[in-house]
Amino acid sequence: MSLIDFANPTRFLALTARILPWLMASTVILLTIGLYQSAAAPDDYQQGATVKIMFIHVPNAWLSMFVWGVMSLASLGTLVWRHPLADVAAKSAAPIGAAFTFLALVTGSLWGRPMWGTYWEWDARLTSVLILFLMYLGLMALWRAVEDPSRAARAAAVLTLVGAINLPIIKFSVDWWNTLHQPASVLRMGGSTLDRAFLIPLLVMAIAFTLLFFTLQLAAMRNEILRRRVRSLQMMQASQKAA
Amino acid sequence: MLAAKAVLRMTALSALIQRDIKIALRVGGGALIGVLFFLSVVVLMPFAVGPDLKLLARLGPAILWLGALLASLLTLDRLFTADHDDGSLDLIVMSRNSLELVCAAKAVAHWIAAGLPLIVAAPVLGLLLNLDVRSTAVVALTLLAGTPALTFTGMIGAALAVTLHRGGLLLAVLVLPLSIPVLIFGVAASEAAITGPQSFGAPFAILCALSLVSFVIGPVAAAASLRQGLD
Repeated sequence: MSLIDFANPTRFLALTARILPWLMASTVILLTIGLYQSAAAPDDYQQGATVKIMFIHVPNAWLSMFVWGVMSLASLGTLVWRHPLADVAAKSAAPIGAAFTFLALVTGSLWGRPMWGTYWEWDARLTSVLILFLMYLGLMALWRAVEDPSRAARAAAVLTLVGAINLPIIKFSVDWWNTLHQPASVLRMGGSTLDRAFLIPLLVMAIAFTLLFFTLQLAAMRNEILRRRVRSLQMMQASQKAA
Repeated sequence: MLAAKAVLRMTALSALIQRDIKIALRVGGGALIGVLFFLSVVVLMPFAVGPDLKLLARLGPAILWLGALLASLLTLDRLFTADHDDGSLDLIVMSRNSLELVCAAKAVAHWIAAGLPLIVAAPVLGLLLNLDVRSTAVVALTLLAGTPALTFTGMIGAALAVTLHRGGLLLAVLVLPLSIPVLIFGVAASEAAITGPQSFGAPFAILCALSLVSFVIGPVAAAASLRQGLD
């Protein structure tokens, strides 16, 4: 079964209808386990209980970049292969990614208040994530500004690929600049610096959030396909009435 | 034979640049409106922050950079819309030159017509903001290094806007996030040279790098969106 088989929206709808309940169930189970583990994790010797914000903040931040990556792949699908579902995927991912980015910013600033003494600091990591958030909003504005979805899809694809330059900047901003935000501690050369008691709940939460994204994404794609069908049915009806 | 072709191509591109500059500077071109807007933004600032000369001198580089950014944003939809309206954009897209090079040429012409006047005007406006000669020179230098990046990244937004028949606000929303890094390093370089203990070289080098990188990415992205969008 190759990627082109999903090009048929009806087949896609049938397949996702079967996958979606399983995905939802595993998301709920993993989220429950992750939340329980994060609550049971010990307090940090310096940060106290506030360290638990990490279990929400870090998965959100990862997902904010991951979703843009997914949208970039979908944009390649739109521009290179003209895959009919690629622009549906790109369109429905944008609000979800914007939500993850917003949550990463909010939880980060709530964490920053007790730790750094400020809600917001103009450092490289924070600024580049804020730019990512603005680009998500710009992309959503672009989708809303044009009635013809395929025309909007091609424009949004170009913008998404240009915006993908921001991803490595966000990832490496903490290494390139001397910032308030701590450097990478989970995915780094020479192994994680995080203690096992924190690392395992964090990884469970990260997987749970990724599954949550795929659940939301598939559901949003189904909605978008149905929305387009309704739109074309309405237009057919209108043209019949006119005739 | 190959050399002759290359020469022909270069003549075509330089003809395009000359044409664009001429159109922009003549009646109806509107490139110099950007300078007027730049002046207005800078004149507005003392009303907003109060006529305290010391404060104005401290904020001066930031005000000049912000004014230049907004002014270059304002003139951006001139880049493709006029050509799109009279149909010459379709001819340009169909011509035998590679569209990427054509986009680069158009952006260079736009920068000469609309970006350079801003840099020339910056020292005069620096006087209004109580900047001394050295600070003004530094700001003009950073503008010279940074405004090409604004034009080349802005060109992506202009190309998207013209294929969607939507200009104005949408263009600003799309382009502004991309221009934030230019603003950060432009202001950082000028502040470092005027007051700061930090070195001027590092942010200035990054500013130049931003201009060079956007010179590569901007034309390619703009050409892709024109090719996909104009049908």
